[in-house]
Amino acid sequence: MEHYLSLLVKSVFIENVALAFFLGMCSFLACSRKVETALGLGLAVVFVQVLTLPLNNLLLHYLLAEGALTWLHDSLNWVDLTFLTFIVFISTIAATVQIVEMALDRYFPALYTSLGVFLPLIAVNCAILGGSLFMAERDYNFLESVVFGFGTGFGFLLAIVALAAIRERMAYANPPGGLRGLGITFIAVGLMSIGFMMFSGIQF
Amino acid sequence: MALFDKHQRAALFDPLLANNPIGLQMLGICSALAVTTRMDKALVMSVSLTVVAALASLAVSLIRKYTPNSVRIIVQLAIISSLVIVVDQVLKAYLYEISLELSVFVGLIITNCIVLGRTEGFAMQNSPWISLLDGIGNGLGYSLVLLAVGFIREFFGTGRVFGFQVLPLVSEGGWFYPNSMFLLAPAAFFIIGVLIWFLRTWKPEQQEKN
Repeated sequence: MEHYLSLLVKSVFIENVALAFFLGMCSFLACSRKVETALGLGLAVVFVQVLTLPLNNLLLHYLLAEGALTWLHDSLNWVDLTFLTFIVFISTIAATVQIVEMALDRYFPALYTSLGVFLPLIAVNCAILGGSLFMAERDYNFLESVVFGFGTGFGFLLAIVALAAIRERMAYANPPGGLRGLGITFIAVGLMSIGFMMFSGIQF
Repeated sequence: MALFDKHQRAALFDPLLANNPIGLQMLGICSALAVTTRMDKALVMSVSLTVVAALASLAVSLIRKYTPNSVRIIVQLAIISSLVIVVDQVLKAYLYEISLELSVFVGLIITNCIVLGRTEGFAMQNSPWISLLDGIGNGLGYSLVLLAVGFIREFFGTGRVFGFQVLPLVSEGGWFYPNSMFLLAPAAFFIIGVLIWFLRTWKPEQQEKN
């Protein structure tokens, strides 16, 4: 139990995907002009991350890893498909996003209207693929991958909502011409990143 | 220059400064920051991305007339991820140590917005030769920013350039005291912010209106 709690805190705060690993930066900067949009994108990321990470974890352990096909037949224990990891992961993500989009449209129209526009963006969000690749690299088991998926998604949500709130205030400021827009946003993100580094002392 | 006409030169050289993918279009920043603590890492990443961007643009452009519109994103993703797998396997075979340090970021070229943005936004409408040049140009624009950030971080953070000790360290009897702040995540954001500031002060037409 403690192990999972520690993994959760680590993935939300200490190793925040956006602020420590720079993942999902494009949408992080492009969709953080308003708090509402940021919240929508953040929720969509949590949703997709919780679905795709465990799915990719199963695929990795029962299809791709060395000897993973042993459950099919003993003679297949030499098969190593790890080189296919990238293409399998990105297909899972793209397919999941598509299915989630259709399911939401059919059964939860209200949720679809608020999240719908962000879902296609998510398929190419590096935070999602990055989460899956980190999971593969660190060799998480199934339960860990669920926790890690939620943690990274929630960390992204926190960071993007906070940045959007800061940018809404910053709209009234008057920075030098060259810094206006993208430049000053980068400086603000840097300061936030320093803030999140303060969490690195937390341990369980 | 007889080799390239005006449009082809523009496709190749505009993305370097006038229309830089990172500085102006806000694309592909994800990996630009994580791999820039050392210049050799930044260089390997730049070359990988340029190769993938160029070949993906070429391949997408070659089959653009046979690709149904509804599945074009999936087709592009499949082409890009196959290219990235090739690059990753080559790195693992010949530059194993750097490929370990780059860890997931080579894989993340798949979702790098520069590659997908150029295949979707340019290669789908243009002929193969100019798409190839456009891919190379955007890859070089990305490389330029990556190497600049990598140089600043490695030089001030450790006093080295490409791993060679340029400034003698205090701990080894020299005078330079390394500022390891430059190696941490926040410094990458500050450096990109300041680079954008310089670029837009120099070329005021890129400034954003409030």
